[in-house]
Amino acid sequence: MTRGAEALPRMASGLAKNLNETATIAIDAVADIVTARQRGREMALRLGFSETESTLIATIISELSRNVVLYAQHGEIRLEASTKSGKRGLVIISHDEGPGIPDVQRAIVGGYSTSGGLGLGLCGVQRMVDELHIDTKIGRGTTITAKKWLS
Amino acid sequence: MDVPVLKQRDYLIASVQAVLTDRDLVVLRDRLVEQVGYYRSIGVILDVTGLDVMDSFSVRTLRDMAHMIRLRGADTVIVGIQPEVAFSMVQLGLSLEGVPTALDLEEGLAYFDNRPKRNHTRLR
Repeated sequence: MTRGAEALPRMASGLAKNLNETATIAIDAVADIVTARQRGREMALRLGFSETESTLIATIISELSRNVVLYAQHGEIRLEASTKSGKRGLVIISHDEGPGIPDVQRAIVGGYSTSGGLGLGLCGVQRMVDELHIDTKIGRGTTITAKKWLS
Repeated sequence: MDVPVLKQRDYLIASVQAVLTDRDLVVLRDRLVEQVGYYRSIGVILDVTGLDVMDSFSVRTLRDMAHMIRLRGADTVIVGIQPEVAFSMVQLGLSLEGVPTALDLEEGLAYFDNRPKRNHTRLR
């Protein structure tokens, strides 16, 4: 009885903590790509995403953070637990002050890459998330916001 | 993270047991391409069970590796792709393009021994 009464507020506060959880990972080298995607996977699992969805989220973070290393050398990945119309989800923001994306439309459509990569990164990411917003300025940098809601 | 490479008869077996960075993966590729000649192996089994994700970079590196090994006269079979990793690869449109795959190490050896216990798929 006492145990149950104790457990309830602890669970509630744990949930509230999950809903406000944020993390910022500095991306300066290839090893940081691994750190970012592992943090993202852990957070996705805590938010209630399945193993499969969490692996997909980790893969998306891997693509976004690799773009930072390849094109801008330095930047960051920010992960935010979020809610929208009662649905929980994860917001992934990749930010850099690199060269910017010259042709966003082509970068999303696929097959376009200036780094010698596969050119599938952004195209694949767009198909896999619920919302994708790309804010880029030539010579100023790029901020990509990807949102994935729990279904 | 160093990936252990085992020589088993005419084959090389490399088992990825932990998460690899892009650089680790490139080092592994170069090592296997070189060791195929050193050990005069005719086949390489790469067990990727330990890989947490397969993104565009890892898929391209593994595909390149298999093609390089082919140019050295040996074949590569990739084993141990986990269900959630396979799901992500398909969703993201990533393909190993003709690199043979098998369920696990045992099936990988069976693939080379030419007595497959199940139908092996080739990813396209």
